[in-house]
Amino acid sequence: MDRKLVVSSSPHLRSPENIQSVMLDVMVALFPVALMAVFLFGYRALITMVLATLVAMITETLIVRKEDWFGDGSSAVTGLLLALTLPPDPPWWVVVIGSVVAVGIGKHLFGGVGNNIFNPALVGRAVLVVSWGAHIAGDVWIKPTPFNFAADIVTEATPLATKAASLGDLFIGTVSGSLGETSALALIIGGIWLYHRGHIDWRIPGVFIALVFVFGLFDGGFNMGLYHVLAGGVLLGALFMATDMVTSPVTPVGKLIFGGGCGLITMVIRLFGSYPEGVMFSILLMNSLTPLIDNLTLPKRFGEVKQSDA
Amino acid sequence: MSERTFVGGIHPGYFKDFSSGKPIASARAPAQVIISLHQNIGAPCEPVVQVGDEVKMGQKIGEPKGFVSAAIFASVSGKVTKIEPFNHPLGNPLPAIFIENDGQDTPDEGMKPQKPLEELSAEEIRQIAKDFGLVGLGGATFPTHVKLSPPPEVKIDTVIINGAECEPFLTADHRQMLEQADDIVYGLKAFMKALGATKGIIGVEDNKPDALASMGKAVAEGKGEYDIELHSLHTKYPQGAEKMLIKATTGREVPPGALPMAVNVVNQNGGTAVALAEAIKLGKPLYERIVTITGPGIKEPANLIVRNGTLVKDLIEQCGGMTEDVRKLVLGGPMMGLSQATDEVPVIKGTSGVLLLTEEFVKELPIDPCIKCGKCLEVCPMALMPNFIGSASEKNKIELAEKYGAMDCFECGCCTYTCPAKRPLVQWIRIAKGEIGARRKK
Repeated sequence: MDRKLVVSSSPHLRSPENIQSVMLDVMVALFPVALMAVFLFGYRALITMVLATLVAMITETLIVRKEDWFGDGSSAVTGLLLALTLPPDPPWWVVVIGSVVAVGIGKHLFGGVGNNIFNPALVGRAVLVVSWGAHIAGDVWIKPTPFNFAADIVTEATPLATKAASLGDLFIGTVSGSLGETSALALIIGGIWLYHRGHIDWRIPGVFIALVFVFGLFDGGFNMGLYHVLAGGVLLGALFMATDMVTSPVTPVGKLIFGGGCGLITMVIRLFGSYPEGVMFSILLMNSLTPLIDNLTLPKRFGEVKQSDA
Repeated sequence: MSERTFVGGIHPGYFKDFSSGKPIASARAPAQVIISLHQNIGAPCEPVVQVGDEVKMGQKIGEPKGFVSAAIFASVSGKVTKIEPFNHPLGNPLPAIFIENDGQDTPDEGMKPQKPLEELSAEEIRQIAKDFGLVGLGGATFPTHVKLSPPPEVKIDTVIINGAECEPFLTADHRQMLEQADDIVYGLKAFMKALGATKGIIGVEDNKPDALASMGKAVAEGKGEYDIELHSLHTKYPQGAEKMLIKATTGREVPPGALPMAVNVVNQNGGTAVALAEAIKLGKPLYERIVTITGPGIKEPANLIVRNGTLVKDLIEQCGGMTEDVRKLVLGGPMMGLSQATDEVPVIKGTSGVLLLTEEFVKELPIDPCIKCGKCLEVCPMALMPNFIGSASEKNKIELAEKYGAMDCFECGCCTYTCPAKRPLVQWIRIAKGEIGARRKK
């Protein structure tokens, strides 16, 4: 035989999906959210998002010294997600520091893609909140003015502080808040896309959101339950952050526990804590428990019966 | 009625169109056959002929060396020229009997019809399966008479015929269900009688409606007093895996580490049923089988009846040759088949397919770190954690791999297929299984 054949262990078929295609799907899912941010908050939103994404990609490129700037796309996703948790117009250096911390410390200090314990974008945001709180959570909430690209801006309190926005505004997103958190509609569209593509499971966002709703009921009935789900970062966190593959459990039961922990901690902080919002801390805290949860919730194998059933 | 299937599995491309429309035809008998003495799971055979002997087609040339083994037969008539190691699908050369074909196909005297099924006892059916060298033809090549001999305390109530043919590309079972449906039903009845089973089930994936129709007709006409059902199964790999098929058709789950008889079931491949029918009706030993020659790299795909010991090279030539861009030759299906270094390898009892894959299927993919997406857990039909087993094995933490269920893996390959980080999960699991098995033996 005159030609060389490749010999390898089966299977000899591979799915077309790879990490880059997964990350591109996440980017696609974030597109309506980003579009809505620009629509509501104008060019400032665009600058913040582009800056955070570029700095994230540059940081990764410098750290791993690779040729390919986009790589598997995970750093771009981290940068964009970080931007979506920031107010519309923070000082440029805050964005840069947040992005460098997210990718450099949140991700690569732990060993790079797949090895980080905490959601990198939230690590970046947590450092900013603690270090430059006035720029991140002070009097920074721009009143959304669709199609208004004027230089003047007006700030106002967020709906989580006022508890006075209409549910309709919260759903569409015409309220003040972080870039990516205001429009429930855009977030749900992105979430459906991720679910459709098989990248997220219903368990984490389902239990997270359900618990927020149930706790919200005690804060003022059905409308308040919905209010707690739609206002603030619950949908952004539940659909895009808590579902981060690397930092959330892989077992079905583990996902339920993780989502439950996120919902519980979020509402404890919101209702009893000194911060108005608890999504970020709830996810970071649960991230730290992920390996433990996975190991305590190993699924029942095919054909396996519990001792008590046998 | 809920859809008949199992939890997990994948939907790869099926690529059946290359050969599913090609009727079964006879391959050319080669000038020389090289019949391996290692053709089944279990013990190999000892040659019972010597160099220089004249043999007839269907004559026994290899005697089993143990109970879990099956006899081997000459697939042509002619002269034994050599008995020495030769290339084997498993990779290393193994002893084989070389027979020069005299072109006469002189049949052996032993090839004569047995008693009709109605007059055969269970013991006689078992003996026929043993005498005629039957093994499972789906690819696992487990000796059939062993499956038909459960321990006395085990009562088998159901025999399931696997017509799922869930491996992409392969169409031999499909063609047999179209062309030899009556023999499949006949073989199933013989299996049921041998085991005293009260129920027979034939499971066919619903992507083969013509096979379902053909089998439905054959069951209606041929079942007689036997209770035989035809089940349409959801099309999903690995639907034909024995534990998955049992779950889909009977709802029973075979416990980890156990055989189907633990839930009173025996599985048989459709091709094996035909082989048993032919052994009873014609007295024909298992010296040839149907092989699908397919893939993007073969010019004229086909389903051929191939004599045992025919070189794959001969088959490729008969099918118009391979295309320029062939990079991989696989014996069996693409999910569990064995890739070969050469086409000078003989067809054995377990060779269900010859698959020629081109460049686009053979890209070398860099292995990325696990991103814990959990997709391998979702697809694992055994509900294992392939990512954790794989990573443990990669780091040589064998006890950990065992804890995560490595020994329950039957190597369907769904995890490796699915992994977006292109991690060779099932390959690592195989390494762990080998290591765990070796340690247990100590």
